[in-house]
Amino acid sequence: MNLLLDKLFAHMTKFIALAVLLIVAWIFTKLFQQSLFSMQASGFDFITETKWAPNLEKFGALPAIYGSVISTFLAMVLAVPVAIGVAIFLSELAPAKLKSPVGVSIELLAAIPSVIYGMWGLFYFVPIIRDIVGGVGISMLTAGIVLSIMILPFMAAVTRDAMNTTPDILKESAYALGGTKWDVIKDVIIPYAKAGIIGSFILALGRAIGETMAVTFVMGNVHKISADLTQPATSIPVTLANEFTEADSPIYYSSLFELSLLLLVISFTIISIAKFYFLRRKRIGA
Amino acid sequence: MTHTQKRIIINNVIMTLSTLSAVIGMAFLFWILGVLVINGIDALNWNIFSQVGAPPGYEESGLKHALIGQLYIVGVATFAGVPLGIMAGTYLSEYGQKSKLAEIIRDISDIMMSAPSIVIGAFVYAIVVMPMGHFSAWAGSIALSIIMLPIILRTTDDMLQLVPSTLREAAFALGAPKYKVIIQVVYRGAKVGILTGVLLGVARVAGETAPLLFTSFNDNFLNTNMNEPMASLTVTMFNYATSPYEDWQKLGWAAAFILSMFILGLNIIARVFLMKKRIK
Repeated sequence: MNLLLDKLFAHMTKFIALAVLLIVAWIFTKLFQQSLFSMQASGFDFITETKWAPNLEKFGALPAIYGSVISTFLAMVLAVPVAIGVAIFLSELAPAKLKSPVGVSIELLAAIPSVIYGMWGLFYFVPIIRDIVGGVGISMLTAGIVLSIMILPFMAAVTRDAMNTTPDILKESAYALGGTKWDVIKDVIIPYAKAGIIGSFILALGRAIGETMAVTFVMGNVHKISADLTQPATSIPVTLANEFTEADSPIYYSSLFELSLLLLVISFTIISIAKFYFLRRKRIGA
Repeated sequence: MTHTQKRIIINNVIMTLSTLSAVIGMAFLFWILGVLVINGIDALNWNIFSQVGAPPGYEESGLKHALIGQLYIVGVATFAGVPLGIMAGTYLSEYGQKSKLAEIIRDISDIMMSAPSIVIGAFVYAIVVMPMGHFSAWAGSIALSIIMLPIILRTTDDMLQLVPSTLREAAFALGAPKYKVIIQVVYRGAKVGILTGVLLGVARVAGETAPLLFTSFNDNFLNTNMNEPMASLTVTMFNYATSPYEDWQKLGWAAAFILSMFILGLNIIARVFLMKKRIK
Protein backbone atom coordinates (compact mmCIF):
# COMPACT_ATOMS: atom_id res chain seq x y z
CA MET A 1 0.00 0.00 0.00
CA ASN A 2 2.70 2.43 1.05
CA LEU A 3 4.77 1.40 -1.90
CA LEU A 4 1.90 2.05 -4.25
CA LEU A 5 1.14 5.45 -2.77
CA ASP A 6 4.82 6.28 -2.87
CA LYS A 7 4.99 5.51 -6.58
CA LEU A 8 1.74 7.34 -7.23
CA PHE A 9 2.96 10.47 -5.47
CA ALA A 10 6.28 10.43 -7.29
CA HIS A 11 4.64 9.98 -10.68
CA MET A 12 1.99 12.56 -10.03
CA THR A 13 4.45 15.29 -9.06
CA LYS A 14 6.61 14.42 -12.05
CA PHE A 15 3.63 14.54 -14.36
CA ILE A 16 2.59 17.97 -13.12
CA ALA A 17 6.14 19.30 -13.38
CA LEU A 18 6.24 18.04 -16.96
CA ALA A 19 2.88 19.67 -17.55
CA VAL A 20 4.60 23.04 -17.07
CA LEU A 21 6.77 22.30 -20.09
CA LEU A 22 3.77 21.00 -21.99
CA ILE A 23 1.79 24.18 -21.32
CA VAL A 24 4.63 26.32 -22.63
CA ALA A 25 4.94 24.16 -25.73
CA TRP A 26 1.17 24.27 -26.12
CA ILE A 27 1.16 28.09 -25.94
CA PHE A 28 3.72 28.29 -28.76
CA THR A 29 2.01 25.72 -30.99
CA LYS A 30 -1.48 27.08 -30.41
CA LEU A 31 -0.44 30.64 -31.21
CA PHE A 32 1.46 29.41 -34.25
CA GLN A 33 -1.50 27.39 -35.44
CA GLN A 34 -3.85 30.34 -35.00
CA SER A 35 -1.56 32.67 -36.89
CA LEU A 36 -1.03 30.31 -39.85
CA PHE A 37 -3.87 31.90 -41.79
CA SER A 38 -2.32 35.31 -41.50
CA MET A 39 1.15 33.97 -42.27
CA GLN A 40 -0.13 32.37 -45.47
CA ALA A 41 -2.05 35.48 -46.42
CA SER A 42 0.67 38.04 -45.92
CA GLY A 43 3.90 36.12 -45.33
CA PHE A 44 6.88 38.28 -44.50
CA ASP A 45 4.99 41.40 -45.55
CA PHE A 46 3.33 41.16 -42.16
CA ILE A 47 6.38 42.57 -40.43
CA THR A 48 7.42 45.02 -43.16
CA GLU A 49 4.06 46.42 -44.21
CA THR A 50 3.21 49.74 -42.59
CA LYS A 51 -0.50 49.77 -43.22
CA TRP A 52 -2.86 48.30 -40.63
CA ALA A 53 -6.37 48.66 -41.97
CA PRO A 54 -8.70 45.92 -40.73
CA ASN A 55 -11.61 47.18 -42.86
CA LEU A 56 -9.52 46.65 -45.99
CA GLU A 57 -8.13 43.39 -44.58
CA LYS A 58 -4.64 44.84 -44.70
CA PHE A 59 -2.49 43.90 -41.75
CA GLY A 60 0.97 45.34 -41.45
CA ALA A 61 2.60 45.00 -38.06
CA LEU A 62 5.50 47.37 -38.58
CA PRO A 63 3.90 50.36 -36.76
CA ALA A 64 3.22 48.16 -33.72
CA ILE A 65 6.72 46.69 -33.79
CA TYR A 66 8.20 50.15 -34.21
CA GLY A 67 6.10 51.42 -31.29
CA SER A 68 7.16 48.55 -29.06
CA VAL A 69 10.82 49.09 -29.85
CA ILE A 70 10.78 52.87 -29.48
CA SER A 71 8.66 53.03 -26.32
CA THR A 72 10.76 50.33 -24.65
CA PHE A 73 13.96 52.04 -25.77
CA LEU A 74 12.75 55.37 -24.34
CA ALA A 75 11.78 53.67 -21.10
CA MET A 76 15.18 52.02 -20.79
CA VAL A 77 17.09 55.21 -21.57
CA LEU A 78 15.18 57.05 -18.87
CA ALA A 79 15.04 54.30 -16.27
CA VAL A 80 18.56 52.86 -16.41
CA PRO A 81 20.47 55.90 -15.08
CA VAL A 82 17.88 56.55 -12.38
CA ALA A 83 17.86 52.87 -11.40
CA ILE A 84 21.65 52.86 -11.13
CA GLY A 85 21.47 56.01 -9.01
CA VAL A 86 18.85 54.53 -6.72
CA ALA A 87 20.83 51.28 -6.46
CA ILE A 88 24.05 53.13 -5.58
CA PHE A 89 22.16 55.19 -3.06
CA LEU A 90 20.59 52.12 -1.47
CA SER A 91 23.67 49.92 -1.41
CA GLU A 92 26.42 52.42 -0.64
CA LEU A 93 25.16 55.83 0.37
CA ALA A 94 22.01 55.66 2.42
CA PRO A 95 22.42 55.74 6.19
CA ALA A 96 21.34 52.49 7.85
CA LYS A 97 18.18 54.14 9.10
CA LEU A 98 17.02 54.98 5.57
CA LYS A 99 18.29 51.88 3.81
CA SER A 100 15.59 49.47 4.77
CA PRO A 101 12.49 51.71 4.68
CA VAL A 102 13.45 53.10 1.26
CA GLY A 103 14.45 49.66 0.00
CA VAL A 104 11.24 48.04 1.20
CA SER A 105 9.03 50.77 -0.22
CA ILE A 106 10.73 50.40 -3.61
CA GLU A 107 10.08 46.67 -3.51
CA LEU A 108 6.46 47.25 -2.55
CA LEU A 109 6.06 49.74 -5.38
CA ALA A 110 7.27 47.03 -7.75
CA ALA A 111 4.27 44.98 -6.62
CA ILE A 112 1.69 47.63 -7.52
CA PRO A 113 -0.22 46.47 -10.60
CA SER A 114 0.76 48.13 -13.85
CA VAL A 115 -2.85 49.14 -14.56
CA ILE A 116 -2.51 51.65 -11.71
CA TYR A 117 0.56 53.21 -13.30
CA GLY A 118 -1.40 53.47 -16.53
CA MET A 119 -4.33 55.14 -14.80
CA TRP A 120 -2.06 57.62 -13.07
CA GLY A 121 -0.42 58.32 -16.41
CA LEU A 122 -3.74 59.03 -18.07
CA PHE A 123 -5.10 61.39 -15.42
CA TYR A 124 -1.98 63.11 -14.14
CA PHE A 125 0.82 62.75 -16.61
CA VAL A 126 -0.98 63.19 -19.94
CA PRO A 127 -2.12 66.74 -19.02
CA ILE A 128 1.45 67.69 -18.12
CA ILE A 129 2.81 66.39 -21.42
CA ARG A 130 -0.04 68.18 -23.19
CA ASP A 131 0.93 71.47 -21.53
CA ILE A 132 4.63 71.09 -22.18
CA VAL A 133 4.84 69.70 -25.71
CA GLY A 134 1.34 70.34 -27.03
CA GLY A 135 -0.86 67.92 -28.92
CA VAL A 136 -3.27 65.60 -27.14
CA GLY A 137 -0.74 64.39 -24.62
CA ILE A 138 -1.39 60.78 -25.54
CA SER A 139 1.81 59.87 -27.31
CA MET A 140 4.82 57.66 -27.73
CA LEU A 141 6.74 59.95 -25.38
CA THR A 142 4.13 59.67 -22.63
CA ALA A 143 4.10 55.90 -23.01
CA GLY A 144 7.88 55.72 -22.76
CA ILE A 145 7.96 57.85 -19.63
CA VAL A 146 5.13 56.01 -17.88
CA LEU A 147 6.76 52.71 -18.81
CA SER A 148 10.08 53.89 -17.39
CA ILE A 149 8.42 54.81 -14.10
CA MET A 150 6.70 51.45 -14.01
CA ILE A 151 9.88 49.40 -14.48
CA LEU A 152 12.00 51.63 -12.24
CA PRO A 153 11.22 49.93 -8.89
CA PHE A 154 11.86 46.44 -10.28
CA MET A 155 15.05 47.55 -11.98
CA ALA A 156 16.37 49.45 -8.97
CA ALA A 157 15.63 46.53 -6.62
CA VAL A 158 17.41 43.92 -8.74
CA THR A 159 20.34 46.22 -9.50
CA ARG A 160 20.76 46.88 -5.80
CA ASP A 161 20.63 43.13 -5.11
CA ALA A 162 23.30 42.56 -7.74
CA MET A 163 25.52 45.29 -6.24
CA ASN A 164 25.01 43.88 -2.76
CA THR A 165 26.57 40.59 -3.82
CA THR A 166 30.01 42.26 -3.79
CA PRO A 167 31.86 40.90 -0.75
CA ASP A 168 32.56 43.54 1.88
CA ILE A 169 36.17 42.51 2.08
CA LEU A 170 36.77 43.58 -1.52
CA LYS A 171 35.20 46.97 -0.90
CA GLU A 172 37.12 47.42 2.35
CA SER A 173 40.43 46.65 0.65
CA ALA A 174 39.73 49.35 -1.91
CA TYR A 175 38.81 51.86 0.78
CA ALA A 176 41.99 50.94 2.65
CA LEU A 177 43.95 51.92 -0.45
CA GLY A 178 42.40 55.37 -0.21
CA GLY A 179 39.65 54.97 -2.77
CA THR A 180 36.69 57.31 -2.71
CA LYS A 181 33.17 55.87 -2.80
CA TRP A 182 33.00 56.43 -6.53
CA ASP A 183 36.37 54.71 -7.03
CA VAL A 184 35.08 51.72 -5.12
CA ILE A 185 31.82 51.67 -7.07
CA LYS A 186 33.38 51.97 -10.51
CA ASP A 187 36.48 49.83 -9.95
CA VAL A 188 35.21 47.19 -7.53
CA ILE A 189 31.44 46.90 -7.30
CA ILE A 190 30.49 47.43 -10.94
CA PRO A 191 33.15 45.08 -12.34
CA TYR A 192 32.23 42.46 -9.75
CA ALA A 193 28.47 42.71 -10.24
CA LYS A 194 28.57 43.56 -13.96
CA ALA A 195 26.90 40.39 -15.21
CA GLY A 196 24.16 40.64 -12.62
CA ILE A 197 23.51 44.31 -13.32
CA ILE A 198 23.36 43.88 -17.09
CA GLY A 199 21.22 40.78 -16.62
CA SER A 200 18.72 42.66 -14.52
CA PHE A 201 18.52 45.47 -17.09
CA ILE A 202 17.82 42.99 -19.84
CA LEU A 203 15.25 41.24 -17.67
CA ALA A 204 13.56 44.60 -17.10
CA LEU A 205 13.69 45.17 -20.86
CA GLY A 206 11.98 41.83 -21.43
CA ARG A 207 9.25 42.81 -19.03
CA ALA A 208 8.84 46.31 -20.44
CA ILE A 209 8.37 45.13 -24.01
CA GLY A 210 5.44 42.92 -23.03
CA GLU A 211 3.92 45.42 -20.62
CA THR A 212 0.38 46.17 -21.62
CA MET A 213 -1.67 48.10 -19.12
CA ALA A 214 0.81 50.82 -18.21
CA VAL A 215 0.97 51.94 -21.84
CA THR A 216 -2.49 51.12 -23.17
CA PHE A 217 -3.97 54.14 -21.40
CA VAL A 218 -1.49 56.64 -22.76
CA MET A 219 -0.40 55.50 -26.21
CA GLY A 220 -3.51 55.97 -28.32
CA ASN A 221 -3.43 52.86 -30.54
CA VAL A 222 -2.75 54.72 -33.75
CA HIS A 223 -1.08 52.58 -36.40
CA LYS A 224 1.26 55.13 -37.85
CA ILE A 225 5.01 55.35 -37.88
CA SER A 226 6.07 58.82 -36.96
CA ALA A 227 9.48 60.12 -35.99
CA ASP A 228 7.68 62.72 -33.88
CA LEU A 229 7.51 61.26 -30.39
CA THR A 230 4.67 63.54 -29.37
CA GLN A 231 2.30 61.79 -31.78
CA PRO A 232 -0.04 58.99 -30.67
CA ALA A 233 1.32 55.57 -31.58
CA THR A 234 0.77 51.91 -30.86
CA SER A 235 2.75 48.89 -29.74
CA ILE A 236 2.16 45.16 -30.00
CA PRO A 237 0.53 44.77 -26.57
CA VAL A 238 -1.50 47.96 -27.00
CA THR A 239 -2.87 46.70 -30.30
CA LEU A 240 -3.77 43.37 -28.73
CA ALA A 241 -5.47 44.96 -25.72
CA ASN A 242 -7.50 47.34 -27.85
CA GLU A 243 -8.46 45.17 -30.79
CA PHE A 244 -8.83 41.60 -29.62
CA THR A 245 -12.44 42.05 -28.58
CA GLU A 246 -13.23 44.02 -31.72
CA ALA A 247 -11.88 41.63 -34.30
CA ASP A 248 -14.63 40.51 -36.63
CA SER A 249 -13.03 38.37 -39.31
CA PRO A 250 -10.85 35.24 -39.26
CA ILE A 251 -7.95 37.07 -40.89
CA TYR A 252 -8.17 39.86 -38.29
CA TYR A 253 -8.04 37.33 -35.47
CA SER A 254 -5.24 35.45 -37.11
CA SER A 255 -3.21 38.65 -37.51
CA LEU A 256 -3.68 39.45 -33.84
CA PHE A 257 -2.54 35.93 -32.95
CA GLU A 258 0.51 36.43 -35.12
CA LEU A 259 1.24 39.62 -33.20
CA SER A 260 0.93 37.69 -29.92
CA LEU A 261 3.28 35.01 -31.19
CA LEU A 262 5.74 37.68 -32.30
CA LEU A 263 5.61 39.33 -28.87
CA LEU A 264 6.05 36.01 -27.08
CA VAL A 265 9.05 35.06 -29.22
CA ILE A 266 10.67 38.48 -28.72
CA SER A 267 10.25 38.57 -24.96
CA PHE A 268 11.10 34.88 -24.55
CA THR A 269 14.36 35.52 -26.39
CA ILE A 270 15.24 38.63 -24.39
CA ILE A 271 14.47 37.00 -21.06
CA SER A 272 16.41 33.87 -22.03
CA ILE A 273 19.45 35.97 -22.89
CA ALA A 274 19.22 37.68 -19.50
CA LYS A 275 18.79 34.40 -17.64
CA PHE A 276 21.18 32.11 -19.46
CA TYR A 277 23.91 34.45 -20.45
CA PHE A 278 24.17 37.03 -17.69
CA LEU A 279 22.41 35.74 -14.61
CA ARG A 280 23.69 32.18 -15.01
CA ARG A 281 27.30 33.30 -15.07
CA LYS A 282 26.75 35.28 -11.95
CA ARG A 283 25.45 32.22 -10.15
CA ILE A 284 28.55 30.21 -10.99
CA GLY A 285 30.86 33.11 -10.20
CA ALA A 286 29.29 33.83 -6.84
CA MET B 1 44.21 71.01 -8.65
CA THR B 2 45.82 67.89 -7.38
CA HIS B 3 44.79 64.46 -8.49
CA THR B 4 43.27 63.73 -5.08
CA GLN B 5 41.16 66.86 -5.14
CA LYS B 6 39.92 65.96 -8.57
CA ARG B 7 38.93 62.51 -7.40
CA ILE B 8 37.11 63.91 -4.41
CA ILE B 9 35.21 66.37 -6.57
CA ILE B 10 34.20 63.67 -9.04
CA ASN B 11 33.14 61.52 -6.12
CA ASN B 12 30.99 64.26 -4.65
CA VAL B 13 29.38 65.05 -7.98
CA ILE B 14 28.47 61.44 -8.61
CA MET B 15 27.22 60.86 -5.08
CA THR B 16 25.03 63.94 -5.34
CA LEU B 17 23.70 62.78 -8.70
CA SER B 18 22.84 59.36 -7.39
CA THR B 19 21.14 60.74 -4.29
CA LEU B 20 19.26 63.09 -6.57
CA SER B 21 18.14 60.26 -8.81
CA ALA B 22 16.99 58.32 -5.76
CA VAL B 23 15.01 61.37 -4.67
CA ILE B 24 13.51 61.83 -8.15
CA GLY B 25 12.64 58.17 -8.42
CA MET B 26 11.04 58.12 -4.98
CA ALA B 27 9.21 61.38 -5.68
CA PHE B 28 7.53 59.91 -8.77
CA LEU B 29 6.62 56.75 -6.97
CA PHE B 30 5.17 58.56 -3.97
CA TRP B 31 3.34 60.90 -6.28
CA ILE B 32 1.58 57.89 -7.77
CA LEU B 33 0.91 56.42 -4.34
CA GLY B 34 -0.37 59.77 -3.08
CA VAL B 35 -2.70 60.22 -6.04
CA LEU B 36 -3.99 56.72 -5.50
CA VAL B 37 -4.67 57.20 -1.80
CA ILE B 38 -6.22 60.67 -2.11
CA ASN B 39 -8.51 59.78 -5.02
CA GLY B 40 -9.25 56.36 -3.59
CA ILE B 41 -10.30 57.55 -0.16
CA ASP B 42 -12.26 60.36 -1.73
CA ALA B 43 -14.21 57.89 -3.84
CA LEU B 44 -14.82 55.33 -1.13
CA ASN B 45 -18.25 55.06 0.40
CA TRP B 46 -20.61 52.35 1.50
CA ASN B 47 -22.31 52.17 -1.91
CA ILE B 48 -19.07 50.89 -3.41
CA PHE B 49 -19.50 47.64 -1.51
CA SER B 50 -23.27 47.31 -1.59
CA GLN B 51 -24.27 48.44 -5.08
CA VAL B 52 -23.54 47.16 -8.54
CA GLY B 53 -22.47 49.36 -11.44
CA ALA B 54 -25.05 51.84 -12.62
CA PRO B 55 -25.17 54.07 -15.68
CA PRO B 56 -23.35 57.36 -15.22
CA GLY B 57 -25.34 59.92 -13.31
CA TYR B 58 -26.88 57.50 -10.84
CA GLU B 59 -26.08 58.11 -7.21
CA GLU B 60 -26.31 54.48 -6.14
CA SER B 61 -23.45 53.04 -8.09
CA GLY B 62 -20.86 50.66 -6.75
CA LEU B 63 -18.36 47.94 -7.39
CA LYS B 64 -20.03 45.00 -5.71
CA HIS B 65 -20.21 43.11 -9.01
CA ALA B 66 -16.51 43.63 -9.65
CA LEU B 67 -15.43 42.80 -6.11
CA ILE B 68 -17.35 39.54 -6.12
CA GLY B 69 -16.27 38.74 -9.67
CA GLN B 70 -12.65 39.38 -8.71
CA LEU B 71 -13.04 37.03 -5.74
CA TYR B 72 -14.44 34.29 -7.96
CA ILE B 73 -11.90 34.62 -10.73
CA VAL B 74 -8.84 34.90 -8.49
CA GLY B 75 -10.26 32.31 -6.06
CA VAL B 76 -10.72 29.66 -8.73
CA ALA B 77 -7.31 30.48 -10.22
CA THR B 78 -5.71 30.05 -6.78
CA PHE B 79 -7.58 26.82 -6.20
CA ALA B 80 -6.11 25.39 -9.40
CA GLY B 81 -2.73 27.09 -9.51
CA VAL B 82 -1.57 26.53 -5.93
CA PRO B 83 -1.80 22.71 -5.68
CA LEU B 84 -0.36 22.27 -9.16
CA GLY B 85 2.48 24.68 -8.42
CA ILE B 86 3.26 23.02 -5.10
CA MET B 87 3.24 19.54 -6.68
CA ALA B 88 5.52 20.63 -9.51
CA GLY B 89 7.84 22.40 -7.04
CA THR B 90 7.89 19.25 -4.93
CA TYR B 91 9.04 17.22 -7.90
CA LEU B 92 11.87 19.68 -8.62
CA SER B 93 13.14 19.85 -5.06
CA GLU B 94 12.56 16.27 -3.87
CA TYR B 95 12.74 14.05 -6.94
CA GLY B 96 14.27 15.92 -9.84
CA GLN B 97 16.87 17.82 -7.78
CA LYS B 98 19.84 18.65 -9.99
CA SER B 99 18.82 16.42 -12.88
CA LYS B 100 18.80 17.78 -16.40
CA LEU B 101 15.00 17.57 -16.66
CA ALA B 102 14.50 19.47 -13.40
CA GLU B 103 16.90 22.19 -14.51
CA ILE B 104 15.09 22.61 -17.81
CA ILE B 105 11.73 22.87 -16.06
CA ARG B 106 13.20 25.45 -13.66
CA ASP B 107 14.59 27.56 -16.51
CA ILE B 108 11.47 27.47 -18.65
CA SER B 109 9.25 28.23 -15.70
CA ASP B 110 11.49 31.14 -14.70
CA ILE B 111 11.20 32.59 -18.19
CA MET B 112 7.43 32.19 -18.13
CA MET B 113 7.35 34.20 -14.92
CA SER B 114 8.40 37.29 -16.89
CA ALA B 115 6.58 36.49 -20.13
CA PRO B 116 3.95 39.00 -21.28
CA SER B 117 0.66 38.19 -19.61
CA ILE B 118 -1.39 39.44 -22.54
CA VAL B 119 -0.01 36.58 -24.60
CA ILE B 120 -1.37 34.12 -22.03
CA GLY B 121 -4.72 35.85 -22.52
CA ALA B 122 -4.50 35.31 -26.28
CA PHE B 123 -3.61 31.65 -25.72
CA VAL B 124 -6.56 31.08 -23.38
CA TYR B 125 -8.77 32.87 -25.87
CA ALA B 126 -7.74 30.29 -28.45
CA ILE B 127 -8.15 27.23 -26.23
CA VAL B 128 -11.20 28.20 -24.15
CA VAL B 129 -13.11 31.19 -25.49
CA MET B 130 -13.08 30.16 -29.16
CA PRO B 131 -14.34 26.57 -28.60
CA MET B 132 -16.95 27.80 -26.10
CA GLY B 133 -18.04 30.57 -28.40
CA HIS B 134 -18.23 33.22 -25.69
CA PHE B 135 -16.22 34.88 -22.93
CA SER B 136 -16.36 33.24 -19.52
CA ALA B 137 -15.01 33.58 -16.01
CA TRP B 138 -13.50 30.09 -16.36
CA ALA B 139 -11.26 31.38 -19.13
CA GLY B 140 -10.11 34.25 -16.91
CA SER B 141 -9.33 31.87 -14.06
CA ILE B 142 -7.41 29.53 -16.36
CA ALA B 143 -5.32 32.42 -17.65
CA LEU B 144 -4.52 33.58 -14.12
CA SER B 145 -3.65 30.08 -12.94
CA ILE B 146 -1.19 29.68 -15.83
CA ILE B 147 0.44 32.93 -14.73
CA MET B 148 0.48 31.84 -11.10
CA LEU B 149 1.92 28.38 -11.69
CA PRO B 150 5.57 29.38 -12.24
CA ILE B 151 5.55 31.66 -9.19
CA ILE B 152 4.28 28.96 -6.83
CA LEU B 153 6.57 26.40 -8.44
CA ARG B 154 9.62 28.57 -7.91
CA THR B 155 8.94 29.46 -4.26
CA THR B 156 7.99 25.88 -3.35
CA ASP B 157 11.17 24.59 -4.96
CA ASP B 158 13.29 27.17 -3.11
CA MET B 159 11.56 26.73 0.22
CA LEU B 160 11.65 22.93 0.22
CA GLN B 161 15.36 23.03 -0.50
CA LEU B 162 15.85 25.07 2.66
CA VAL B 163 14.54 22.20 4.79
CA PRO B 164 17.64 20.55 6.26
CA SER B 165 18.30 17.11 4.76
CA THR B 166 18.99 15.72 8.24
CA LEU B 167 15.25 16.03 8.93
CA ARG B 168 14.49 13.95 5.86
CA GLU B 169 17.13 11.40 6.80
CA ALA B 170 15.76 11.10 10.33
CA ALA B 171 12.30 10.36 8.94
CA PHE B 172 13.69 7.85 6.43
CA ALA B 173 15.56 6.14 9.27
CA LEU B 174 12.24 5.59 11.02
CA GLY B 175 11.14 3.66 7.95
CA ALA B 176 8.81 6.27 6.46
CA PRO B 177 8.20 6.03 2.72
CA LYS B 178 9.25 9.05 0.69
CA TYR B 179 5.78 10.48 0.12
CA LYS B 180 5.16 10.45 3.88
CA VAL B 181 8.51 12.09 4.54
CA ILE B 182 7.60 14.83 2.07
CA ILE B 183 4.06 15.40 3.31
CA GLN B 184 4.63 15.05 7.03
CA VAL B 185 8.18 16.33 7.46
CA VAL B 186 9.30 18.45 4.51
CA TYR B 187 6.00 20.28 3.94
CA ARG B 188 5.71 20.93 7.64
CA GLY B 189 9.19 22.38 7.78
CA ALA B 190 8.55 24.62 4.79
CA LYS B 191 4.99 25.57 5.70
CA VAL B 192 5.62 29.28 6.22
CA GLY B 193 7.75 29.54 3.10
CA ILE B 194 5.15 27.88 0.90
CA LEU B 195 2.42 30.07 2.35
CA THR B 196 4.52 33.14 1.57
CA GLY B 197 4.84 31.96 -2.02
CA VAL B 198 1.09 31.48 -2.24
CA LEU B 199 0.44 34.99 -0.90
CA LEU B 200 2.87 36.52 -3.39
CA GLY B 201 1.36 34.47 -6.21
CA VAL B 202 -2.16 35.62 -5.36
CA ALA B 203 -0.96 39.21 -5.06
CA ARG B 204 0.65 39.00 -8.48
CA VAL B 205 -2.35 37.61 -10.36
CA ALA B 206 -4.88 39.79 -8.53
CA GLY B 207 -3.39 42.82 -10.28
CA GLU B 208 -3.38 41.28 -13.75
CA THR B 209 -5.60 43.05 -16.24
CA ALA B 210 -4.31 42.19 -19.69
CA PRO B 211 -5.06 38.44 -19.60
CA LEU B 212 -8.62 39.12 -18.43
CA LEU B 213 -9.55 41.63 -21.14
CA PHE B 214 -10.54 38.95 -23.60
CA THR B 215 -11.10 35.95 -21.36
CA SER B 216 -13.42 36.84 -18.50
CA PHE B 217 -14.26 40.12 -20.27
CA ASN B 218 -16.61 42.29 -18.22
CA ASP B 219 -20.15 42.51 -16.94
CA ASN B 220 -21.99 45.45 -15.44
CA PHE B 221 -24.15 43.28 -13.22
CA LEU B 222 -23.58 40.90 -10.40
CA ASN B 223 -22.91 37.47 -11.82
CA THR B 224 -21.74 34.32 -10.07
CA ASN B 225 -21.98 31.96 -13.02
CA MET B 226 -18.47 30.98 -14.07
CA ASN B 227 -19.76 30.12 -17.55
CA GLU B 228 -20.62 33.74 -18.23
CA PRO B 229 -18.44 36.80 -18.67
CA MET B 230 -17.65 38.27 -15.27
CA ALA B 231 -16.51 41.65 -14.03
CA SER B 232 -13.14 41.90 -12.32
CA LEU B 233 -11.75 44.87 -10.42
CA THR B 234 -8.96 45.38 -12.91
CA VAL B 235 -10.99 45.28 -16.13
CA THR B 236 -13.74 47.36 -14.52
CA MET B 237 -11.11 49.86 -13.47
CA PHE B 238 -9.76 50.02 -17.01
CA ASN B 239 -13.21 50.54 -18.53
CA TYR B 240 -14.29 53.13 -15.98
CA ALA B 241 -11.03 55.05 -16.08
CA THR B 242 -11.13 55.34 -19.87
CA SER B 243 -14.78 56.42 -19.88
CA PRO B 244 -15.62 60.11 -20.22
CA TYR B 245 -17.95 60.13 -17.19
CA GLU B 246 -16.63 61.62 -14.01
CA ASP B 247 -18.56 59.40 -11.63
CA TRP B 248 -17.32 56.31 -13.45
CA GLN B 249 -13.78 57.59 -13.24
CA LYS B 250 -14.32 58.00 -9.52
CA LEU B 251 -15.42 54.39 -9.26
CA GLY B 252 -12.27 53.50 -11.17
CA TRP B 253 -10.16 55.20 -8.51
CA ALA B 254 -12.04 53.39 -5.76
CA ALA B 255 -11.32 50.08 -7.51
CA ALA B 256 -7.67 51.03 -7.93
CA PHE B 257 -7.39 51.91 -4.25
CA ILE B 258 -9.07 48.72 -2.98
CA LEU B 259 -7.00 46.55 -5.29
CA SER B 260 -3.69 48.20 -4.38
CA MET B 261 -4.37 48.00 -0.67
CA PHE B 262 -5.22 44.31 -1.03
CA ILE B 263 -2.04 43.62 -2.98
CA LEU B 264 0.19 45.70 -0.73
CA GLY B 265 -1.40 44.02 2.29
CA LEU B 266 -0.60 40.55 0.94
CA ASN B 267 2.97 41.62 0.20
CA ILE B 268 3.44 43.04 3.66
CA ILE B 269 2.04 39.90 5.33
CA ALA B 270 4.36 37.77 3.19
CA ARG B 271 7.30 39.91 4.28
CA VAL B 272 6.41 39.62 7.94
CA PHE B 273 6.25 35.83 7.57
CA LEU B 274 9.65 35.75 5.93
CA MET B 275 11.17 38.01 8.55
CA LYS B 276 9.84 35.87 11.39
CA LYS B 277 11.26 32.85 9.68
CA ARG B 278 14.69 34.40 9.40
CA ILE B 279 14.72 35.38 13.07
CA LYS B 280 13.87 31.84 14.09
